[in-house]
Amino acid sequence: MHKYILRRLLLLIPVILGVTFLVFTIMYFTPGDPAKLILGESAQPAQVEALREEMGLNDPFIVQYVRFITKALTGDFGRSYSTNRPVFDEVFARFPATLKLTAAAMLIAIAIGIPVGIISATKQYSALDSISMIGALIGVSMPVFWLGLMLILVFSVNLRLLPSSGSETIKHLILPAFSLGVGSAAIITRMTRSSMLEVIRQDYIRTARSKGVAEKKVVNKHALKNALIPVVTVVGLQFGGLLGGAVLTESVFSWPGVGRLMVDAIRQKDSPMVLASVVFISVTFSFVNLLVDLLYAFIDPRIKSQYR
Amino acid sequence: MSNEFLNIKNLHIHYVTEEGTVKAVNGVNMEINKGETLGLVGETGAGKTTTALGILRLVPNPPGKIIDGEIFLEGQSILELPEDEMRMIRGNKVSMIFQDPMTALNPVMTVGEQISEVIEIHEKLSNKEAFEKAKKMLELVGIPGARAVDYPHQFSGGMKQRVVIAIALACNPGLLIADEPTTALDVTIQAQVLELMNNLKNEFNTAMLLITHDLGVVAEVCDKVAIMYAGEIVEYSKIEDLFENPSHPYTRGLFGSIPNLDEEVDRLKPIKGLMPDPTNLPSGCKFHPRCPHATEYCKENHPEDTEIAPEHKVKCHIYTGQVKPKGEI
Amino acid sequence: MSDKAVQKNTSKKKKGQWSEVWRRLRRNKMAMLGLTIISIFILLALFADVIADYDEVAIKMNTSIRLQGPSKDHILGTDELGRDIFARIIHGARVSLQVGIIAVGIAIIIGGTLGAIAGFYGGKFDNIIMRAMDIFLAIPSILLAIAIVSALGTSMLNLMIAVGISSIPSYARIVRASVLSIKDQEYIEAARAIGAKDTRIILKHIIPNSLAPIIVQGTLGVASAILSTAGLSFIGLGIQKPAPEWGAMLSSGKDFIRQSWHVTTFPGIAIMLTILSLNLLGDGLRDALDPRLKQ
Repeated sequence: MHKYILRRLLLLIPVILGVTFLVFTIMYFTPGDPAKLILGESAQPAQVEALREEMGLNDPFIVQYVRFITKALTGDFGRSYSTNRPVFDEVFARFPATLKLTAAAMLIAIAIGIPVGIISATKQYSALDSISMIGALIGVSMPVFWLGLMLILVFSVNLRLLPSSGSETIKHLILPAFSLGVGSAAIITRMTRSSMLEVIRQDYIRTARSKGVAEKKVVNKHALKNALIPVVTVVGLQFGGLLGGAVLTESVFSWPGVGRLMVDAIRQKDSPMVLASVVFISVTFSFVNLLVDLLYAFIDPRIKSQYR
Repeated sequence: MSNEFLNIKNLHIHYVTEEGTVKAVNGVNMEINKGETLGLVGETGAGKTTTALGILRLVPNPPGKIIDGEIFLEGQSILELPEDEMRMIRGNKVSMIFQDPMTALNPVMTVGEQISEVIEIHEKLSNKEAFEKAKKMLELVGIPGARAVDYPHQFSGGMKQRVVIAIALACNPGLLIADEPTTALDVTIQAQVLELMNNLKNEFNTAMLLITHDLGVVAEVCDKVAIMYAGEIVEYSKIEDLFENPSHPYTRGLFGSIPNLDEEVDRLKPIKGLMPDPTNLPSGCKFHPRCPHATEYCKENHPEDTEIAPEHKVKCHIYTGQVKPKGEI
Repeated sequence: MSDKAVQKNTSKKKKGQWSEVWRRLRRNKMAMLGLTIISIFILLALFADVIADYDEVAIKMNTSIRLQGPSKDHILGTDELGRDIFARIIHGARVSLQVGIIAVGIAIIIGGTLGAIAGFYGGKFDNIIMRAMDIFLAIPSILLAIAIVSALGTSMLNLMIAVGISSIPSYARIVRASVLSIKDQEYIEAARAIGAKDTRIILKHIIPNSLAPIIVQGTLGVASAILSTAGLSFIGLGIQKPAPEWGAMLSSGKDFIRQSWHVTTFPGIAIMLTILSLNLLGDGLRDALDPRLKQ
């Protein structure tokens, strides 16, 4: 097992390098001269040229990339064009807020999605099933940012129950986490339901029933553990969607996370900041996916023995 | 006091789907005495498995439903029993071995857990005691007890079927239903598993309902045999009678489609045609479209059981005297 | 049989297959509901100019009637600059559907080609292409789209490119999988044996066979492309003002949420209905194209 974890960690390295290369390439083509951006519109051409030389902007693309990646390995993603502070520090400072929002949304999604999916599957074709399936369909169809606005409209503007912006207390977390999590909850509900329906038809469920196992135990013990295996994959992939969605949710609720930092950076053409934000989020996503894969081994003994 | 363990009377089971109603079991009668083995023979789709699931009241519902009939276990009618009392019968009084051992075991539970689960439900034993008994059961079916902590994927097909047998026999049931227990196994393993089942059954004096389409297996282990066609039992007799004097044209057809090493035959005589569509069964005798002796009478009149010898019943108009066979039956 | 006869035969079979798919789809009420809603949106988008003049009603400011609630003159009310919200929504449908469909088209062409090459030639090609796709997949797709738009600059075309590129991997995977599943089948071997060229095999056999999953993924993909577009516009990286775009409408309406509910409500409902209808249709198509999946 340790060997497997180590191997998976090593496999992450080329992916992360690839991500940095891809994003670096995209940002390289951002229009506008960073040197001009830093010095302002009134700068003399000679000054700009000097700064370009100093920043290494005149070097060939590949030289610039290698320099970037060597520095990035030591945690140096360069300095912000607008504040001149190290971007890594800024992103790192904002990161906990994003992680908190995403994790809360994920918890909400799982807490709603799995139970509703199970109930829906065990009561297939009932009114309860229809209602949750329609709810799930609407859930996947709502844009996160619009749901956020609607929640603000109802809970902040009309009912005055919850704050619409800020991040000081747990109360501030409720609306953003909920609006971010609902879409994933819907997807997890659908996945749990279909996986459960698939499992419940399996021969080993019939075996369990033929042993005299109570129906409740058939569902919660025999079926659920099998049904969760594909759900776990979806949960892992959803995490990526949530990290992306967080960018939009943070804008709606003025949540001080990496997403808003990135959106502001784009407006200011602050490429190092954008680059660092994207890389940071993608690396987090990759690690989460790795964790999910490892989680598999705990649920599915077939996979565990494969990697022993 | 009767020696009877299972008695099924006029059992009807239908599956109601959007595409139509599948009449899977249509008026089945059968009795099995304590310790006796009944072979239930028929083609795929004849309703054998549905009959078996009916005995355990495990016909998937929806779409399946027991429409009519009665099932008695040791004289007790079970179709009206509340679900939790029925549960105490499953795995305890009656247990079942399924066709495909590859899928019959839960992949995420150890085999020991799966055996001890049935013991815990039906016998007042602690967790630990049940697991110890599970190990003993494993040894009984020829698997080292230490392997109780392994998962199903670590066993071969034949070994898995042994585990399934251990689960089925763990609570010493009065009736064991075995649904084609060896079909999915390699030929060499088939004989071993069959022998194991037969020995254990004799040791515990368990009655058995053996579902199969293999007349050879029937000859080897059964006391009585029922031939099933399109949801009906068309011939029912002691094993010797059936092999000496197969009477229903369908039974004859079954024998005709098995190669016989002792006799020189130019070619096998398979039964012509296919099983009828269960959503749209033929009128009268359900076998008439495929029967070489069928007449207009067979098309219109459903045959009832005719006892042609003691305990030898046939559903065919030839034996009611209404139809004359064309040549030899 | 001659090659022509074979072709005729298969095209006949194809035709029957598609009418069978349509028959199954028609029986699915939810899919039909989806098809109806999306058809209404497409019609509204096509006839947007007839229903409401673009410059006069959807663009021109009229501050005397700003932020009015729904009324007879303006059935969905007016926005913060006095523009008719219904007119902006139907002109916005034009933008959303165009961007959504073209973005998916870009993704299918690039992704499909990459997937076909990877699956068909295997080995080194497969390895390089699929590892590259892994890298794409490691970046949450909306972030990738954001990065691309911020590099290319904001315009409708760039938006299509950004959204399209960020959804390439799913099509590459689908096409690769279906190529792998049919590559070694006998009729492909047979086509090879009679000397068919690779391109011919790809065009005649492999593409038609990957069609079903692509249609399903494409339908669902248009939905997510529309969502991404709206999302990008919402944070100011999509369609620029004053052009009517659903996400942008929400973004500017957001500042007036305390005064008037309708400005943020209706454009969102438009997005939701579009996505919902495409999802229903996509799910229905999946069931209709692969009846085995339906229980």
